[in-house]
Amino acid sequence: MPLSAKGLVISNQQVGRDLWEMEFLAPGMAAESKPGQFVHIRVGDDHDPLLRRPLSLYDVDQNLGSITLLYKIAGRGTNLLSKFEADQLLDVMGPLGRGFTLVEGRRVILVGGGVGIAPLLFLARELQVRQNEVTVLYGGSSSDEMCSLDRFVNLGAGIMAATLDGSAGFRGLVTDMMKKSIDPLSIDYFYTCGPEPMMAAVAEYAVQYGLAGEVSLEEYMACGVGACLGCARKLKASDNAYVKICKDGPVFPMDAVELR
Amino acid sequence: MTKEAKQVLVDMSVNLGGMKMQNPIAVASGTFGYGREYQDFVDISRIGAVIVKGTTLEERYGNLAPRIYETPAGMLNAIGLENPGIDVFLNDYLPSLSQDGVNVVANIAGNTVDEYALLSRKIDKHPGIAGIELNISCPNVKQGGMQFGTDPELVKQVVQAVKSETKLPVIPKLSPNVTDIVSIAKAARDGGADALSMINTLMGMAVDIERKRPVLGNIFGGLSGPAIKPVALRMIYQVYKEVDLPILGGGGIVNTRDALEFILVGASAVSIGTGNFVNPAIAEEIAQGLENYVIEQGLKGINELVGAAVL
Repeated sequence: MPLSAKGLVISNQQVGRDLWEMEFLAPGMAAESKPGQFVHIRVGDDHDPLLRRPLSLYDVDQNLGSITLLYKIAGRGTNLLSKFEADQLLDVMGPLGRGFTLVEGRRVILVGGGVGIAPLLFLARELQVRQNEVTVLYGGSSSDEMCSLDRFVNLGAGIMAATLDGSAGFRGLVTDMMKKSIDPLSIDYFYTCGPEPMMAAVAEYAVQYGLAGEVSLEEYMACGVGACLGCARKLKASDNAYVKICKDGPVFPMDAVELR
Repeated sequence: MTKEAKQVLVDMSVNLGGMKMQNPIAVASGTFGYGREYQDFVDISRIGAVIVKGTTLEERYGNLAPRIYETPAGMLNAIGLENPGIDVFLNDYLPSLSQDGVNVVANIAGNTVDEYALLSRKIDKHPGIAGIELNISCPNVKQGGMQFGTDPELVKQVVQAVKSETKLPVIPKLSPNVTDIVSIAKAARDGGADALSMINTLMGMAVDIERKRPVLGNIFGGLSGPAIKPVALRMIYQVYKEVDLPILGGGGIVNTRDALEFILVGASAVSIGTGNFVNPAIAEEIAQGLENYVIEQGLKGINELVGAAVL
């Protein structure tokens, strides 16, 4: 069950260019959280900017009762979020939305682009617990815009990086690295989150080999709970009805979505 | 929200054109779904009235995405009246909501005057509805919206048609996108309205300079949030002076102080809209805040404040 809480900020620090990591205590929320879900955060007490900001669960420590977020400063809201200091209270709703399906005992590939890596860490943690063989492919434009790979390494997941400028790992698109270095016959399931063209390339690759997987989508959001019908998207152009990213998603089966 | 506070004998109840509310707080149509979306975050039984999502005769899928966009101290929306149609609403959505003993107010939009009448007939036959808000002010649909709310003669016709079908309180929701709000309010009164709801959103737009295109799929959308509060206060003030009908006032209310401002310029009750997105427990908090204020001021009830700032 989702709830509304005042989370106690433990830390909030810069981990890359415009990239920040915030950890806060919210035991009730942490206990309910599943990979792929999100929290909806008020970035200040004023009403400008007005709306909450939806952010993926980057990591959850259920023993400590904490939630960690990874966010990129993209505007006034995330800039205000970066000003929070330890011991301040964060007004947060969550966990919201439908998360990833957690497979068991499978060989899985997680493809993340930019800050889209965020939901894949908590996902990797839960997949590792379920005896999956996890490989994470992480793409970015440059190494200084990417967070540390340590967290993935510490989980025991395999991780490969790709950067457009070659400053870390493979030089080029993460999806080109995927095509070059991953044998599709060795994969059972895909998970992806990031820029939509990247997810489209992952989905195309998966479909080509008859493999299934899930994507995490985003859209401008207001209420976060399915009431305002703002974050609407047609999964396929031929659909009449719109899904709501906040409530029906943000995670959808790859074959249910026409990515652009 | 202590038990002691609840037991203090001040009268927070309001009679909005025949609809008895336990307190003057309503949640606005389109911002609270069908109530159940918010059940984990707010005690719905503490809200004076829940005005549910605008409903049409047939199912509507709504407008193209993007449908919303944040603006300074506000937001634009162009949802386009997405809803499952009146029959699904009455049969499938309503029962669980009206069980909580809350005042459920239906909000209806028709393509024609006859459709408003037919929607009202269906609602009138159905138990569990406390009032009907007439959506004659939605800026985001091609038909069944603002066209009815900007022409005084049409306003009167729609209200009359609905009144002839139901004994429930009929509350037209007025559009601010008019030159003379008082003439529209008078037309609603002349048609037999029991109360007035005001204001709906102000029509606006946003532009994406990278793509060189309008942001919203519908191009235009309705502006809401604190940014529109001064406009709403002004219009309610004008109408309160000229038209003797109770007013359900709203437009950018996000705290108790805002709610008091609306009551002081003539609103008998207030509606919280966009504020629900910011703080889902806001309706309950403002209901308590108003009660505390009435106690602090040594008043007998909230009604003593209605219109107190109107000169």
